[in-house]
Amino acid sequence: MDDLYRDYILEHYRRPHNFGVLDAPSVSYEGANPLCGDRITMMLGISDGIVREVAFTGRGCAISQASASLLTDEIKGKTVEEVEKMTPDDVLDLIGIDISPARLKCALLSLDTVAHALADGASEPATHSDEGQHDRG
Amino acid sequence: MADTATQPARTNPVPSRLDPYRLRADFPILATANRFGKPLIYLDSAATSLKPRAVINAVDGYNGEFSSNIHRGIYEIAERATAVYEAARASTARLINAPEAAEIVFVRNATEAINLVAYSWGRRNIGRGDTIVLTEMEHHANLVPWQILVQEKDGDLEFVPITDDGLLRLEVYEALLHLRPKLVAFTHVSNMLGTVNPVRELTEMAHAAGALVLIDGAQAVPHMPVDVGAIGADFYVFSGHKMLGPTGSGALWARRELLEAMPPFMAGGDMIREVHLRRSDWNEIPYKFEAGTPDISAEIGMGAAAEYLLALGLDAVRAHERELTRHAMETLRREVPGIELYGPTAEERGGVVSFNLPGIHPHDVAQILDRSGICVRAGHHCTMPLHERFDLAATARASFNVYTIPEEIDALAVGLREVIRIFER
Repeated sequence: MDDLYRDYILEHYRRPHNFGVLDAPSVSYEGANPLCGDRITMMLGISDGIVREVAFTGRGCAISQASASLLTDEIKGKTVEEVEKMTPDDVLDLIGIDISPARLKCALLSLDTVAHALADGASEPATHSDEGQHDRG
Repeated sequence: MADTATQPARTNPVPSRLDPYRLRADFPILATANRFGKPLIYLDSAATSLKPRAVINAVDGYNGEFSSNIHRGIYEIAERATAVYEAARASTARLINAPEAAEIVFVRNATEAINLVAYSWGRRNIGRGDTIVLTEMEHHANLVPWQILVQEKDGDLEFVPITDDGLLRLEVYEALLHLRPKLVAFTHVSNMLGTVNPVRELTEMAHAAGALVLIDGAQAVPHMPVDVGAIGADFYVFSGHKMLGPTGSGALWARRELLEAMPPFMAGGDMIREVHLRRSDWNEIPYKFEAGTPDISAEIGMGAAAEYLLALGLDAVRAHERELTRHAMETLRREVPGIELYGPTAEERGGVVSFNLPGIHPHDVAQILDRSGICVRAGHHCTMPLHERFDLAATARASFNVYTIPEEIDALAVGLREVIRIFER
């Protein structure tokens, strides 16, 4: 048995939900884990303090992409305040598998990118690049 | 030279074959198993090597029997520690055929050795507009220290590009030498592509253009005969922990006159001859560059590793790993559908094979292989520019050492088929 590669994780990896772009996102942000080569761009459409639309693009490992797919499903329809309060544990619960320490940043890149998008959007809606954590080498 | 007329006629000695099955008993870690009870299949020796009992015993011997500081104590165990530490330096010198042990400076690793040269030699010899030539296949350790240096001194970096097969483009190198660089720095063996560079030719060309040469030997010294004099290098750096020694050990070799002309890198105890409140005199080489108490046990372990490798014979090591690499490239291409291998032919490379499976991220590959006890590296292996050159986000890498056997490579092929099966189900 491979806990990490359960069918639904691979299914989200192969056919991610909300994969694509928004024409006019309220906020967007590109996050990256240079160690893995994971990249995710999160785009959120927000009105009246509610996340109405979400889309992401990116490439990377199964964990990072499945996590983004699950997270975008989760935050659609939530208030910005609710999304801002989400913790890493919330995302790990969504993924529902044991993540080894070495893969935590793969699993949490999607939440980190959403948080950056919202934080940036509070001041100005623009795309930024984040080099995130670095390889030890 | 011995007088051949008085010697019995001898044919060239054939390098003795290395028996990896027998010497595996020297590496206690190979008897361990993972959480699923699978034996360790260690294919990440380019990151760090496993350690034989001889090295472990050397480290334990210092810590358990004569733990004391070196070059100071006037008592039995301190004298013994000093003697064993200096014997390790002599063994390390012998491994690369350095003319004298005093030209070996002990450092923590190859990275520290390059930084030492960049700070000490570099800050005195690189000035505004001066050029340093590197290659596109350098480990970050042989890139970032030079970036910092030229930014500080307003100098320039130039890079020798590589072919799609992972070989240096010598015609571009020749053209870059017309810029009259002060220094040329390149790796002996690429840690990602495995490419064995023509170091003697590269060095001769650099010298003809008036440049000094630094060679990163971290991936060469553990795997093949290295003779710094025959290569003609000015600086040669390597790590102990990749050559069966402990982490925390490494060496810089440089020609005596270069080391003598260089100012200290770090200052403190042991590197001085006389200290007054407002000035000090430096100790002789190599002590001038070994400020403070070094990692005594690690360097002693490095000496034991050098002796272990010399006893095996580096020609035999090279032959063994060349055969393994050929076996790996053939087996993976034959058994693993769609696998992509990077770098030159088995004849032109050391024991390193980087690869990707189509549509599967290398981290997922490594994670699934781990269940079977198979350890491979996944990521950019501290060579981001090289991965950019091939438009790759990351690769997986299998790398070999004296204890690697063909059956482990066969197990890798089986493991990779399992990865594909999981992702296709």
